[in-house]
Amino acid sequence: MTAGADQGPPPGPTRGGGAQLRHRLDADRVRGLGILLPFIALFVALSFASSAFLTKVNLLEILDQQSSTLIVAAAGTLVLVAGGIDLSVGAIYTLAAVTAAHFGLVTNAWLAMALGIAVGALVGLCNGLIVTILRINSLITTLATSFVVSGVAALVTSGNLIVLFNKPAFGQLAQTVFLGVKTSVWVMLIPVIGLGLLLARTTAGRYMYAVGGNSEAARLAGVRVDATRVLTFLLSGTAAGLAGVIDTSRVLSASASTQGTSLAFTVLAGVVVGGTSILGGDGAVWRTVVGILFIALIGNGYILLGLDALYEQITLGLLLIGAVSLDVWSRRRRA
Amino acid sequence: MKEVAPDGGEIAHIELHEVTKHFGRVRALEAASLSLRHGSIHALIGENGAGKSTLGKIVAGAYLADGGRMLLDGAPVSFRSPREALEHGVATIAQEPSIVAHLTVAENVLLGAEPSRMRFIRRRSLNQAYEQVAASAGFDLAGGMSAGRLRVAEQQQVEILRALCRDAQLIIMDEPSASLSRPDSDKLHRVIRALASSGKTILLISHFLREVLELADTISVLRDGRIVARTDAASATEQTLVEAMLGRPLTAAFPPKRIASQERRVLLGVRGLKAPGVLDASLEVAAGEIVGLAGLVGAGRTELARAIFGSVRSSSGEVTLDGRRIGRSPRDSLRAGVAMIPESRKDDGLILTRSVAENVSLTTLGQLSRFGFVRRGAERSAADAVLARCDVRGAGSAAPVRSLSGGNQQKLLFARIFLCGPQVVIADEPTRGVDIGAKRAIYDLLASMADDGLGILLISSELEEIIGLAHRVLVMRRGQIVSELRGEAITERAILTAAFAEPASTVHEA
Repeated sequence: MTAGADQGPPPGPTRGGGAQLRHRLDADRVRGLGILLPFIALFVALSFASSAFLTKVNLLEILDQQSSTLIVAAAGTLVLVAGGIDLSVGAIYTLAAVTAAHFGLVTNAWLAMALGIAVGALVGLCNGLIVTILRINSLITTLATSFVVSGVAALVTSGNLIVLFNKPAFGQLAQTVFLGVKTSVWVMLIPVIGLGLLLARTTAGRYMYAVGGNSEAARLAGVRVDATRVLTFLLSGTAAGLAGVIDTSRVLSASASTQGTSLAFTVLAGVVVGGTSILGGDGAVWRTVVGILFIALIGNGYILLGLDALYEQITLGLLLIGAVSLDVWSRRRRA
Repeated sequence: MKEVAPDGGEIAHIELHEVTKHFGRVRALEAASLSLRHGSIHALIGENGAGKSTLGKIVAGAYLADGGRMLLDGAPVSFRSPREALEHGVATIAQEPSIVAHLTVAENVLLGAEPSRMRFIRRRSLNQAYEQVAASAGFDLAGGMSAGRLRVAEQQQVEILRALCRDAQLIIMDEPSASLSRPDSDKLHRVIRALASSGKTILLISHFLREVLELADTISVLRDGRIVARTDAASATEQTLVEAMLGRPLTAAFPPKRIASQERRVLLGVRGLKAPGVLDASLEVAAGEIVGLAGLVGAGRTELARAIFGSVRSSSGEVTLDGRRIGRSPRDSLRAGVAMIPESRKDDGLILTRSVAENVSLTTLGQLSRFGFVRRGAERSAADAVLARCDVRGAGSAAPVRSLSGGNQQKLLFARIFLCGPQVVIADEPTRGVDIGAKRAIYDLLASMADDGLGILLISSELEEIIGLAHRVLVMRRGQIVSELRGEAITERAILTAAFAEPASTVHEA
């Protein structure tokens, strides 16, 4: 039920309250708010079901654990909005982690961490250039680069676990407590809010929506489509690099096998559950944040309530199908 | 073997009675009646959108008629799919043949009807079957050749053989020679005649009057979804056919044409432009002038517009604005001051997932921002101003763009262009699919832009639009501008004659 003006004598250009109210109810709004309602419901339910849930320790623990995922997912939202997909974030995360750890053993901790992030940015840039210059579908491109990058990560570590326990400076990035909250959380907030603003408020963000919504129309309207796409992959790679560095700082070790591939899928799940369209042109970073935290709450709930963790994946899978169905349904209603 | 009706008359191969087809509110075909004798060639002609292809597609089973009756050999039929039509011996040869490139010619011809035993294809009998049908049609295509290497004309022969293999008795050809060179279309004409003399019935849809007059036994002329004339080809001339296609009631009034000012200042200059679908085009658009670009669908008008705007790459030629060469990308063109309203607003114009305001400001977002951040208040007031100027009506600039009607979406694209203040506007079919009220508003917009000193290049398939708005008309045909008309010389007849007729110079070449 969109506010159409096909029939009858239409009103002049107004910002009428009636029309506003009507399209507040349409499918997009349902999708936009959709993730908030289940999130709040789950939050309230867990608060009642487990006394350990609604405690500062538990909630901060969730945020600390999710900090790296949230950063990657915020950037991944931009990639999806611009009509792409980045499956290489897990591999980049790992490469950045082992690069930072590798140099952390021999050089200044901050320089090592900067190198880790730079490696992520470099891979992201390559992804973007391959997608735009060679015109290879981003799914295939990032799948391919993730193999390459994983291989390089294994080469860097020679298959070993790199341990930084005797380099306490390396832990400062994530483990310092500031105002009662770990710096991993503070550091996470900066890119997440920054990317949220970038997408929602800047010209670059607008172009991402335009490119993902209709790339040919964007091109004909004078938008630099390729540059916009490259930017999203660059940001995604950089974010994955930062995430890898943060987690290395959190646990003071890194190996080429750390949660690599699963990160790409967790991120994708969070972005989509949040309500960002897999088809591009629609979405928001705040939705992704809620989506990722929603998934995290499910995991947290399974642990606190002592449920069989095997069911957690089943729940997540069903949730994903539900979220995508909602996306498809709301798109069909517009046609 | 002609069947005879009880009353002694010959039974028509196919007969249509009062067939009607609507698409939404658009009347594509209204009470069309048609009767084809066995072994005859019948041609359908008419302007773009007159209903020729719709009629062909109903006979072919691609469309289901809304009303009326169809009789095949005297028995009522109604095809729900091309496959069902084929089972009744009705086949279509499409303008763009569909062949499987990595299969051989013989395999393509017998695709889906391969002789087989226990689900294994019997290659030898497949080749025998192919040789047989190719010989009967008089084609000399090697069956073992890879079909991907065939030229379009040969691919059409594959499609014709395919139809013959399935025992098609009625063959519908929709613009079969549109993409053929002259020798190839001559060859096709011989094939069509041979098919007819072997008893097949041909329904030929064509833009080319000369071809129609050469081949057809009888001709039906369509206009606005109605069959307005039916004639024997022997008694028709290009002149009488053009006249039959002429004359429609005006559907919308036009703003008065302002007389162009004394000193003529050329804004847009195009010289020797070559691009896919454009052979060699040169033109000029002056300040305050509306130049109409007329021609049939496929004549290269949209291709030329895209080449000028830079949205497709041109292989040679130059585009100038005020005498200065401009870059060859949409972005460069917009920066220089050349804007385009694309042919399809949904595919090439709008970002349907976004709001009205975001769609309007897309091209000028850089000017509406500070340090990369969009100044949303400025954006909103700029958008509201141009939306009001272009009379876009709807739920306001924050509403999703897809909530607007087609006409308002089209006006929104004009609003976007207004915001970037161009000197030249290329409008490709700006009134396609919009209602009459919006049409009139768009005419007024075009006229007022010209009054403001902009140069307008207007592409339209509706002749009355071109005639009602343009100060000067260029007619395109087969990728070239073949005629230029000014002032009183701009008439439907003159445009149609130039668009349809084969100019004497090109008849004798090749």
